[in-house]
Order: sequence, then structure tokens, then C-alpha cells
Amino acid sequence: MNLFEQQTSNRRRTLLVMGLFVAFFVLLGAGFDLFVLGTGETYVPLGGIIALGVGSMSAAAGYFGGDKAVLASTGAVPLLQAVDAAPDDDRRRLRQLQNVVDEMAIASGLPRPRVYVVPDEDPNAFATGRDPEHASIAVTRGLLGAMSRDELQGVIAHEMSHVRNYDIRLMTIIAALVGAVVLLSDWSGRVMRLGGARGGVGRHGRRDGGGRGAATALLLVIWIVAVILAPLIAQLLAMAVSRQREYLADASGAELTRNPGALADALERIESHAAPTKVVKRGAAHLCIADPLGRRVGLKEGFWSDVFATHPPMAKRIAALRRMAYQPVRA
Amino acid sequence: MTLLVGLLVVFAALIVWIIAVYNRLIGLRNQTENGWRQIDVQLKRRHDLIPNLVNTVKGAMEFERDTLTKVMEARAKAVSAAGPAASARAEGELTQMLGRLFALAENYPQLKANENVKLLQEELTATENKVSFARQFYNDIATKFNTSQQTFPSNVVASTFGFAAAELFEVEEASERAVPTVDLSMK
Repeated sequence: MNLFEQQTSNRRRTLLVMGLFVAFFVLLGAGFDLFVLGTGETYVPLGGIIALGVGSMSAAAGYFGGDKAVLASTGAVPLLQAVDAAPDDDRRRLRQLQNVVDEMAIASGLPRPRVYVVPDEDPNAFATGRDPEHASIAVTRGLLGAMSRDELQGVIAHEMSHVRNYDIRLMTIIAALVGAVVLLSDWSGRVMRLGGARGGVGRHGRRDGGGRGAATALLLVIWIVAVILAPLIAQLLAMAVSRQREYLADASGAELTRNPGALADALERIESHAAPTKVVKRGAAHLCIADPLGRRVGLKEGFWSDVFATHPPMAKRIAALRRMAYQPVRA
Repeated sequence: MTLLVGLLVVFAALIVWIIAVYNRLIGLRNQTENGWRQIDVQLKRRHDLIPNLVNTVKGAMEFERDTLTKVMEARAKAVSAAGPAASARAEGELTQMLGRLFALAENYPQLKANENVKLLQEELTATENKVSFARQFYNDIATKFNTSQQTFPSNVVASTFGFAAAELFEVEEASERAVPTVDLSMK
């Protein structure tokens, strides 16, 4: 698939997973209201609203202050500050970084993001910020040292694409949904264990008679299973979205540089250097170009390591990029 | 009664949709115009940088006076060129001259090692890239604008309000598409 087709397919898949997520949330919420709160004739999705409200509040905190928090936690230094402290040839490299970022800003039509340098020898990069006006891109020392100009540009293009596609905002919404799902499942579980599931089945049975009762019982079973599995399912769906957005960022980045081969080379080089990027903590893992937790997912390609990973296996990403560049995919 | 209300709702929705499409078309048209002007911004930056480059290398590259003069002449032509066709041609010639200059600079090891020269080379590379990316962005946004105007149903709104298709940036001279020759002979 060429880079435009890949983008369309990725966006469609994101919508599909988000749809599943919302449907799952509705199932949990409806079950909660029906079986735990025992709503009567006027259906007010109270449980759903409260859970979403609480989930949203924590996500909102992340949305507005999250970028500063992530940058601070990694020890990122603003580019101008790094330049002041740098020796001459390093200055040129840093100037090159600024130029590469500016070129990508021109190609995407977006305002210039703030640039940061992270003191870690493992090559990696991440983008953060809720929208293009408030975006920041950070690059590790290891990346600056290992990449050629074109490869560096490929990586920056990937990060700018995350900003362009509002991925940070999307992942914040997903964090809110995951939080809400976990809350609902937690409350439901608690109530059921304490034997407090009032209303629901009994009331309907009295009002409508036999037939309705069987359907409700089936719904109850489905709901209980959903409640038990909810945290797991929510995590799986969130990771699925994260992986789709990574593929999309690769394709969008290739659209910016019109040079997918360079990004493929960059990814290959990053993978060969792969060691954990210690400064990036688990919470910010999905923002990076390569999995900072040092999981050699590419090597194992097992089902379970794949479904819980924030990033797709490197080999698959490289293959997709080579296909965009009409280059042969090395086996 | 309900039929009347229903019709009013449909009519209101239609008005809202028309406004939304019109506003989007205006936004795209302005971005396209801006994209075109941004190319000039980068071209001007390039014009301003070149005298600095020539001055930096003039001392070391005294045998290349011929080429250095040609670079300055090409720059002057590019600055004074009028109209898109003449301007594109002049910019193309300037690019060729710069290419020749960089190729020649490979023969001067002390120049190669000079940090200022390296920095200036990086700046010129970046400037050339920026011109290219500005043109690329212009083509991308113009394509988006044209597609919005031509796809159904927004094409109805577009033709009603008289939106015109934007021209994509094009290489006019056949010579610009030819592979540039790099002449390394001592002049």
C-alpha cells in the first residue's frame, strides 16, 4: 500500500477500535444502571455519567499539564540551553536539529514546536503537547549521535505527525475511557460482592412476566463477564489504538519527507542500538518512536507480547515503510 | 403542523451545512495563498545567505574566482527576476551554480575542515530544503483545496460562490528537469 492508502486504512481502523471501546463502555454502563442501580422507567445512565466524569477529570489534568510533566521527568533540556553549553561541532549538530525541525514545520504547515534534548545514550525521540500550537519534540543524545541528516528528518517527521494527527489528544481521551471503564468495573464488582445488586431483575420480572426475565438474565451474565474482564479489555483496546497511531505516524511522516526509506533506515538503526531508554517512564512510553521499555518485541513476535505493546513490532513497521518506498522487503 | 416543523428543521440544517462548507473552502483558499507566499519567504532567505557564503570562501578559494563571480551573478539575476517563469528559471540557475561551488570546495581540505564553512554549508542545505518543502506544502494544500472544490457535494457550494481552482507549482523549463552537470575542472 502506498503512503496515502496506509493513512486511510489506519484512520479507519482507529475509528473501528474507538467504536468497540465506546460500545464496551456503554455495555458496562448500561449493565451497571440496570443491575446495580435498578433504574425504573426513566432511564438515566447515572453510572456511566459519573464514571466518565471522574475518568475525564484525571485525563484533563494530563491533557493540560501532561507535556510539562513528561518533559520534566525525562530531564529534557531546551535546545537553546543545550546550544549554550555545547562545544563547536556539537553546536552544528544542534543547529542541524533545529533546521530539520523547521523544515518539517514548513512541510506540514504547522507552527514550530519547541525542541528539547534528553540526556540518554539510547536513540529515541518523543512528542508531546495537546495541539500543534503547544507541541514539544524531544530527542535523545543517542539519536543525535547515531542518525544521518535524512534519518533524523524521518524521525522528526514521525513525531510531528503525532502532533499533526492529534494523537496526544486521542490517547488522553482513551486514558479517560480506560479510567472510566476501570472505575465502573470496580464499582460493579464491589457491589456484586457485597450482594447489593438490587432492583434490576426482580423488578422487571414482576412487571413484565416470564419472557423478559430470560433475556435480562442473559444480559446479566454477559455483563458480569464484561465486568470481570473490563480492565484487561480496556488495556487491550487502548494498546490497539496506540499501535494503529504508530503506523499512521510512520505513513504521515513519510508523506512529509516523501522519503519513507530514510525513516525505515532510522528505525533499523534504532533497533540495532536498542537498550531501554531509562529516562522515559512507563506512562510516557506510547509517546516515543521506539518502545523505551527495551522489550525486544521485534524478536519474539509472540501474540501476547504484541497485544500489550504500545508499539507495533519494528520489523512490521520497517516492512510497511519499505513497501511505501517501493523497495523490496528484506526477509 | 409537524410537516412544517420538519421542513424547517431540514432547511435550517441545509443552511448550516452550506455555511460550514463555504467556511472550509475559504480557509483552504487562504492557506493556499499563504503557502504560495511562503515560498517567496524561503527564496529571499536564500538570496540573503549567498553573499555570506561567497565572502567566507573567497579567501581560500582564490583560484575559483570565476565560479564565485558566476554565483553572485546568478544571485543578482534571481533577485531581479520578474514573473513566475523567469523567476523559476533564475532560481534553477542559482541552484546549479551553488552545486558547482560546493563540488569545488571538496578540493580545499582546510576549507572543508573550517567550522564556519561547515555551518554555512548546513545553512545552505537547510535553505534549499526549506524552499523545496515550502513548494511541497503549497502543492499539498492546493491539491486539498482543489479536491474540496471538485468533490460532490461541496462542488455545488464551490461553483455557486465562484471558487477557482489553484494552480500547482510546476517546473516550467525542461532544462530544470535535466540532471545538472558538475564541472570540477580548475578554472
